[in-house]
Amino acid sequence: MAEVSLQGVHKLFGSVTAVEDFNLSIGSSEFVVFVGPSGCGKSTTLRMLAGLEDVSSGVISIDGKPVNNVHPKDRDIAMVFQNYALYPHLNVFDNISFGLRAKRLPKDEITTRTNEAADILGLDELLKRRPGELSGGQKQRVAMGRAIVRKPKVFLFDEPLSNLDAKLRHKMRAEMKLLHQRVQTTTVYVTHDQVEAMTLADRIVIMNLGRIEQVGTPDEVYKHPASQFVASFIGSPAMNFATGTITGTGSKAALKTDSGEGISLAGCDIAEGRRIQLGFRPEHMMLAKAAKPASGHISIGAHITVIEPMGHETVLTCDAGFGEIVGKYEGEDRFTPGDAANFHIRADRLHYFDLDTGLRI
Amino acid sequence: MSDVNATMARLERARPGKVILWTLLFLGGVVMITPIVFMAATSFKTGQEVFELSIIPDRPTLENYLFILQESKFMRWMLNSLWVATFSTASVLFFDSLVGYTLAKFDFRGRQIVFIAILSTLMIPTEMLIIPWYMMSRSFGWIDTYWGIAFPGLMTGFGTFLMRQFFMSLPDELIEAARIDGWSEFAIWWRIAMPLVIPALSALAIFHFLGNWTAFIWPLIVTNDPDIYTIPVGIASFNGEFQMDWEIVMTASCLATLPTLLVFLLLQKFIIRGIMLAGLKG
Ligand SMILES: Nc1ncnc2c1ncn2[C@@H]1O[C@H](COP(=O)(O)OP(=O)(O)OP(=O)(O)O)[C@@H](O)[C@H]1O
Ligand SMILES: [Mg+2]
Repeated sequence: MAEVSLQGVHKLFGSVTAVEDFNLSIGSSEFVVFVGPSGCGKSTTLRMLAGLEDVSSGVISIDGKPVNNVHPKDRDIAMVFQNYALYPHLNVFDNISFGLRAKRLPKDEITTRTNEAADILGLDELLKRRPGELSGGQKQRVAMGRAIVRKPKVFLFDEPLSNLDAKLRHKMRAEMKLLHQRVQTTTVYVTHDQVEAMTLADRIVIMNLGRIEQVGTPDEVYKHPASQFVASFIGSPAMNFATGTITGTGSKAALKTDSGEGISLAGCDIAEGRRIQLGFRPEHMMLAKAAKPASGHISIGAHITVIEPMGHETVLTCDAGFGEIVGKYEGEDRFTPGDAANFHIRADRLHYFDLDTGLRI
Repeated sequence: MSDVNATMARLERARPGKVILWTLLFLGGVVMITPIVFMAATSFKTGQEVFELSIIPDRPTLENYLFILQESKFMRWMLNSLWVATFSTASVLFFDSLVGYTLAKFDFRGRQIVFIAILSTLMIPTEMLIIPWYMMSRSFGWIDTYWGIAFPGLMTGFGTFLMRQFFMSLPDELIEAARIDGWSEFAIWWRIAMPLVIPALSALAIFHFLGNWTAFIWPLIVTNDPDIYTIPVGIASFNGEFQMDWEIVMTASCLATLPTLLVFLLLQKFIIRGIMLAGLKG
């Protein structure tokens, strides 16, 4: 268990900036997830932590000690790669114990620790097999075994579940969480799957174009996204947005969308004339018969275009004039495309973002 | 049903092509085997019979074999060849793959230039190098030594190139994982990279070994002492010594071919795979 910190870390590949001014402190035993779209610099940051990639500028410390010039093998970290990187010519036992043998531990300690790790991950039966004879999930477990057997200060995971099918991914996600509760090792986990990030993380680091957009608990980033990017990235289905200009003030305040619709935003205190994006989540949209909303709510009218019944709920894709919006409905009613739909949303669940900067207002 | 019909139709259509192919292969085989058959036949003939083109000798004899094994230095040459070829092959496997690995997996200033320099040595014909080699050997006192025979082939541009290509296809993650696991760069090469390119190594080993076993010009030039001769040089030496005793030359050739034949039969699978690999990758 160790603290990890990155201070002003930059990474350039030639003239391409992959990571820019990355500042983060990770507490002991914390499970931190880096999430963001492809190419945003997640892997690069993780690889710099591992020592597989040089830092262009800035300082990375583990346990308070700067490690910029420390070789990967001396950082006391373990890493699980996306495609597992199991040694194809070694069996499961040798794969797991390979790192212990590098440390020249006594033979029986290697055996004990390897068997222990295999036991935790349910690999006892597979120790004699080669990676080629394992299923995806088993390979994934061996890769985890190789990491935990070393009892490192920090675990680094680079999209370890992305090669698994949905069901297995779900299962391994739960196992991952259980494992972390058990070993309590500081963990940095990279994924581009926001569901994985939300379910696993103590804290989420949302990255975009090499920069940190927001750091926060899953709850914080969901409820108080710091930018329009974070808002659109976290949550599924994604948040809906309406772009326009604020008109009026106080109880007359409204959003005049660029396509001409007016959305009343009574009580909103954003300066008149400011260009904004209004965001609201599908799960916060309540389908209502009446057009006029109760106090403290706003109303958005739309026409249903696509109906996706999911069993416990129905996902409704609608045309709201200013753009397509997606809503969720949990009642019994049936719909046909073309039906008019009125959605009411609690005003305190609305998100306002500056159109130019994308930042939360 | 239609599947079966389609397959049948395809077979029918393929047949004329097949016939031509087999005929060509058969003719090729005959061309290659005939000299070997005559070589074997001649080794059992007496001196008078050598120029008769019969395959079965009128009076078969083992005299030639007895002569070679008892009265020439044949066994000594055999050992010389074996030693030089083995030593040289081991060296090539080690150094070519070490350099190939470095060129494939390490990024350093001048890597491309080094690689191109090594590649360009492939374009220099051996004949051109023999004189400088000889001058080197003479000034270092390597004439009539095993080292003198072996040194030009201790590293090869082709082997380095071949190994580099194979190491390029190894995923970087394997190497990085081993690095994080705490192994030194040399140990990673030896324990992870090398075992994963064994097919390439065996192809290289076979080609290099056979190349050395049959090498003639350079061993001929760098040796004067019959105790140091390799097999091909030794066989050639029968010419002068015994006024073209073809039956002796053929017998010695037969004996010299035996080990390679044996190696081929044992490693047939590897050799064919090696040829395919070299063809695909090299
Ligand atoms: N070795 C490299 N040389 C040059 N550019 C690189 C190198 N590695 C990464 N990059 C660039 O750095 C940026 C960040 O890459 P990185 O692999 O960190 O993205 P990522 O967030 O992990 O994406 P993904 O989700 O696709 O894995 C990308 O624009 C990528 O093209
Ligand atoms: Mg990545």
